[in-house]
Amino acid sequence: MTQQEALFKYTLRLGDNALIQGHRLSEWCSKGPILEEDLALTNIALDNIGLAQAFLKYVATIEGKGKTEDDLAYKRAERQFYNNQITELPIGDFAVTIAKQLLISTFEVQLFTALSQSTDETIAGIAAKGLKESRYHFVHSRDWCFRLGEGTEVSHAKLQQAFNELWPYTGELFELVEEDNILLVAGIAADLSELQPIWKATVATVLKEATIQVPEDGYMHTGSRKGIHTEHLGHILAEMQYLQRAYPDATW
Amino acid sequence: MATDTQLDLWEVFIQQKAGGNHTHAGSVHASDKQMALQNARDIYTRRKEGTSIWVIPSQYITASTTEDADMLFDPSDDKLYRHPTFYEMPEGAKQI
Repeated sequence: MTQQEALFKYTLRLGDNALIQGHRLSEWCSKGPILEEDLALTNIALDNIGLAQAFLKYVATIEGKGKTEDDLAYKRAERQFYNNQITELPIGDFAVTIAKQLLISTFEVQLFTALSQSTDETIAGIAAKGLKESRYHFVHSRDWCFRLGEGTEVSHAKLQQAFNELWPYTGELFELVEEDNILLVAGIAADLSELQPIWKATVATVLKEATIQVPEDGYMHTGSRKGIHTEHLGHILAEMQYLQRAYPDATW
Repeated sequence: MATDTQLDLWEVFIQQKAGGNHTHAGSVHASDKQMALQNARDIYTRRKEGTSIWVIPSQYITASTTEDADMLFDPSDDKLYRHPTFYEMPEGAKQI
């Protein structure tokens, strides 16, 4: 793998995480528990889509085949997506969405803090913008963890259950593979092994205050770095890509 | 009036520019002050409308009633001399 190929795949990972996460959150549109929360979740979805657009645009430049960010989003198959599996899991109930948001946004705050120091100026620029947004996403989900965790017996039980179910998907966030190692040498990538303990400590602090048990580390799902996904990604793409697949290059 | 089942009501005041007044923008539902701030941010400042937000529980606002309007406001109708319109502006003065 050349450094160019490594940069292509690494940036694609960043773009795909934002794209799939944004798409999942957009499913809350018109279904939020109250109007205000509906807007909050879809705002976060839009932040993610904006980030995806920026990263995928850069991926298209790196690839140099004249593609656009839309080509990359709408015309790739499931095995060509490299988003972490946790992003594609269904939104579930409100507790699942909040738990997922906490796990992912805590990770993103660490990741974008590191990447804003990247020697690749484009990645550093996009990460600096993403950092501001993900800090807000973290505060939003953290405060909801406190409310649900210390709310009623039912809200506490649902939030605990959500963390228990999502935990086996968190190991993958920190997997270092070939493209990471190549780009780490060049000072472009973030050292995920350094982020893991900070991530875990931050999540543990929030869960403790929310009176939620930190789940035990056990079996961790893996595969997204090789384009292997859960059964859910195909369904997302079927919905997201339908228009472009049925009417290629449609405009209005 | 139908009962509001969507958490407590908060009034939102937005400052458009640093140093300016906070003006009333509308209201949001929230269960605590942090949520009220976040909801206000998401609803009223998404298009760069603000640089600062105040949120205040609506229950702490005391409002005058329409029944009292004539007692409160009508007496000022015939006090035109309270308006600074009886002075001649010196020529060339822009701000008095």
